[in-house]
Amino acid sequence: MKFMLMMNAPRGTGDWGVQNWSPEDLKAHIGFMMGFNKELRSEGSLVGAEGLAPPGQARIVRAGKGSAPEVSDGPFAEAKEFLAGYWIVDVESAEQAYGIAARASAAPGPGGKPLNLAIEVREVMSGPPVEP
Amino acid sequence: MSDARSSYSEHLLRELAPQVLGAVVRRYGDFSAAEDAVQEALLVAATKWPEQGVPDDPRAWLIQVAARRMTDEQRSAIARRRREQAVLADVPADEQITPALDTELASEQDDTLLLLFMCCHPALTRSSAIALTLRAVGGLTTAEIAHAFLVPEATMAQRISRAKQLIKQSGQGFKLPSERERDERIEAVLHVLYLVFNEGYKSSGGERLQRVDLTSEAIRLTRAVHRLLPSDGEAAGLLALMLLTDARRAARTGPNGELIPLDEQDRSLWDRAAIDEGTALIGEAISRGGVGAYQLQAAIAALHDEAARLEDTDWPQILALYDLLERMSQNPMLSLNRAIAVAMVHGPRAGLALLEPLARDPRLANHHLLWAARGHLSERAGDRAAAIAHFRAAAERSASTPERNYLLLKIAKLASSN
Repeated sequence: MKFMLMMNAPRGTGDWGVQNWSPEDLKAHIGFMMGFNKELRSEGSLVGAEGLAPPGQARIVRAGKGSAPEVSDGPFAEAKEFLAGYWIVDVESAEQAYGIAARASAAPGPGGKPLNLAIEVREVMSGPPVEP
Repeated sequence: MSDARSSYSEHLLRELAPQVLGAVVRRYGDFSAAEDAVQEALLVAATKWPEQGVPDDPRAWLIQVAARRMTDEQRSAIARRRREQAVLADVPADEQITPALDTELASEQDDTLLLLFMCCHPALTRSSAIALTLRAVGGLTTAEIAHAFLVPEATMAQRISRAKQLIKQSGQGFKLPSERERDERIEAVLHVLYLVFNEGYKSSGGERLQRVDLTSEAIRLTRAVHRLLPSDGEAAGLLALMLLTDARRAARTGPNGELIPLDEQDRSLWDRAAIDEGTALIGEAISRGGVGAYQLQAAIAALHDEAARLEDTDWPQILALYDLLERMSQNPMLSLNRAIAVAMVHGPRAGLALLEPLARDPRLANHHLLWAARGHLSERAGDRAAAIAHFRAAAERSASTPERNYLLLKIAKLASSN
């Protein structure tokens, strides 16, 4: 079963909370994430993982009236959280996916304290099941 | 190279893979390294044979290439140790090379079984047992397996190497399990093959045509197990179950990969030859006694497949088989299927009454199939509102795109049939 683990980060006071971290904290955080992805790969469960560019660069796009796409700034300046990155893992149960999400949530933040970020876990749709 | 020639050599390679691996493991003892060496030999053959032709004795050829690989590996390991320890090894280099080839043909068959026992070792997780079985016994490459399960090749390679590590740690030698363990180990092998079949079956609809056909691979390997253990009723039962289920493959999806349930399938598309073979197999297995769960499920599949029209289905007989199955294991999914059979024999209300307590079973309460079954039976009972509500609950819980689409369409049809 595949699951998408979406890491939501608080928007912080500025554009992106991470910008205010000390270099040590940032290094520790990046080191954790790289190590974490390596662990997932060696456990044989990593399907994919990406971090997303800061929300300030995000644009909202719709089909325009003509041929050009309609692009606006976004998203939603008032939103408290934004999607910072995601993993897709292939595991044998939802519980295993929750376990991996909890590990991601413990990524270190300022002062090395666990960030305890909210990770949204969603099952990825698959093929039809076997009939009796 | 002609396609026929390349597919012939591919087929041959896959057949020979476990025999070659068995011979190399016997010679060197190191399963993990032998498995890598055989993979490399298979890859060499896969490029050479279609162009240069298949060697006279392809099995010996593969063993030789793999053995050379093993020897090279051992030599460089020794060289490494020498460098590291700066100690001269007292074994002359020529004693490390080219051991006599294992040409003991009688052990070929046992080797396949030994490898299956090893790859389906209880210490492994299901997904790693599946991956290792497909590579070591099925002769698939890591890339093919990764592709079949839609995960990156690096991830699959790790899964396989972890599996091999676990086997090493478990201390399992390349020998048959004790008499006491034997049944349990056969059960584990059959379960892994069943899971491979399921995975292939799930993905056989529409969009994923490019994937290795795991369904055929599972049937091929189960056929081998049945050949090795002809008196094992469950091996025969599993093979029959696979054949009888796969026989409906062409009918179970529409042109856009949409799901067509059993009761709406065009039965003229079913594969008669597979049905005949499966039916004969299960008939013979059951007549020998000692009936197990795979045999009962195969017998149910046979009853479905033998009905030329839906209304010809022998539901009382199917219900009787579900009764037996339910007595054998406490699986709530069986109770669900049995309730559907009850509805077909005694009417939808009787089936619904059985489904109601199942909704309180925590193992099933959130399962889309329970809600879909309630939807179908409510519809048959003429309770349109309840049918819509249950189908909605099912659609919300389904993690399969074709199935969810089917349910949504069902809801839309019911809602507009006013």
